[in-house]
Amino acid sequence: MTTPIVPSAATAGLTDRASAGRVQLDRRVPPLGGFTLTYLRIELARKLRNRRTLLFTLIFPVMMFLIVGYPMRDVPLTDTAVADGGPSVAAFIMVSMAMYGAMMSATQTGASVAVERAQGWSRQLRLTPLNPLVNVLIKMIAGMLLGLVAVIATYLVGAISGIQLSPAQWISTGLVGWLLASAVFTTLGLMVGYLVPGENAAQVTSLAIVLLAFIGGLFYPVSSMPDFMQTIAAFTPVYGISELARAPLTGAGFDLAALANALVWFAVFLIGTVVFFRRDTKRV
Amino acid sequence: MTISSIPAIHATALVKSFGDVNAVSGVDLTVQPGEIVAFLGPNGAGKTTTIDMMLGLTPPDGGDVKVFGLSPRAAISRGLVSAVLQTGGLLKDLTVRETLDLTASLFADTRPVAEVLDRAGIADIATRRVGLCSGGQQQRLRFAMALLSDPGLLILDEPTTGMDVEGRRAFWNAIRADADRGRTVLFATHYLDEADEYADRIVLMSRGTIVADGATAEIKNLVSGRIVRVTLPDADTSALSMLPAVDDVSVQGDRVTLHTSDSDALARHLLTYTAARDIEITSQNLESVFLALTSEGVSA
Repeated sequence: MTTPIVPSAATAGLTDRASAGRVQLDRRVPPLGGFTLTYLRIELARKLRNRRTLLFTLIFPVMMFLIVGYPMRDVPLTDTAVADGGPSVAAFIMVSMAMYGAMMSATQTGASVAVERAQGWSRQLRLTPLNPLVNVLIKMIAGMLLGLVAVIATYLVGAISGIQLSPAQWISTGLVGWLLASAVFTTLGLMVGYLVPGENAAQVTSLAIVLLAFIGGLFYPVSSMPDFMQTIAAFTPVYGISELARAPLTGAGFDLAALANALVWFAVFLIGTVVFFRRDTKRV
Repeated sequence: MTISSIPAIHATALVKSFGDVNAVSGVDLTVQPGEIVAFLGPNGAGKTTTIDMMLGLTPPDGGDVKVFGLSPRAAISRGLVSAVLQTGGLLKDLTVRETLDLTASLFADTRPVAEVLDRAGIADIATRRVGLCSGGQQQRLRFAMALLSDPGLLILDEPTTGMDVEGRRAFWNAIRADADRGRTVLFATHYLDEADEYADRIVLMSRGTIVADGATAEIKNLVSGRIVRVTLPDADTSALSMLPAVDDVSVQGDRVTLHTSDSDALARHLLTYTAARDIEITSQNLESVFLALTSEGVSA
């Protein structure tokens, strides 16, 4: 069978399409593995119109700050009175809640990668030039941008509420909290997503985050917990990153144990992601 | 070697098994540019697995496949091959147009989104959320996505599943128009009618191997017609095969099996002019052809 159909615009009545001409076989590969701002824009738009995402990522942290943090705006966090320029408990809550928003965004992003894989979207994308790692990268960037919006929104409300911090404190707490929360919890989301593929992954992780946030001292200081709780808390994943993010508030520096905690959990989630991803690939 | 003389698909000795199941056991297939090939076979014949290997979605256990002389992945990166698969998922929270905008952005060169919306017949639902589209509309969206890169080879796995009659007609008209522009099309189906009407070559697949491969008319002849079986001792097979409308004669002991396009005339002849008795007439269908071809290992 070597007779291709002879093109005949006249007989096929396709003169309007004649401008398209013959199918060309001389093609280019897109740069950057298919990374495009269009994809990033659409990813962001998806997040911004998902009510649940907005509720947990943006509204919840701001509301929690107003409910829990705002009344504590005159309660000093350290021995220095707020009136004398010391940090307030409200500032502590503000940094924590901003991180919570970034954590939520990061986790849902990680989980969505696996969910979309289970739904067959990743398979559809494999029919395009998009590199699978670039796909994850684009989603991570979108998740981090939303996390940044959460941090900025919480800090804005905090500033309007009268929280006083030095410019260095505003920037360092925000930046450290945002980046650490994004790194550790995107990998957590990816790991859980590959472990529990399907629509439930996002809900499972959201619930896990609330529990981890409580025990990790995001809603109130670990130091005010009972002794045995303090010991447990120090080994949970939210503890390390939140201690590090809040360190600039007191100016007392950070505990090396907190840094170790953050690095170990990041490594655990990263390894878990790789292991469960491999298992998941084998199954398909 | 010019680019046009490179086969659109060149598969050699493709093998794939899943656990104990041999999904594909030795497929050789070459498709020239511009051909419309139907990949015909019952469910579970290995069509989808073969297609997955052509697209680089499943690595073969053995053998090799090239698309326009490139690895499947390299061909996809250049937009040379695209596909409408049964399993491809869509994002339900995107609109039809966003899905196409996103897909288009990933290729180096594409046709305009408005054009493929129009060609797939979904321009009127461009702003609809994918989750609110019917199965047929989602299938047309997948088709529109596949058209974006203006591929040299379009692979379709049961493409009209879920489409209504009108949708099917529009779909095949679009495919035909594309073939006129030199696009190669390979589609899997288990409907003989669809293969007969739209393909110029049919590749029959059964139990993981290609059991017949030829021009549509040839294969259709193989599949259509009736089988007449009679008991006829000492049959003169050469005389029988000379009879009009008899395509094939085979003998097993006293039992003679004839393949014919006119069973009435053949039956009348056999009962009138020969000692044939015990006549049995069965209609030929795709399933029986598959079975016969597979069990006898015949290749047309």
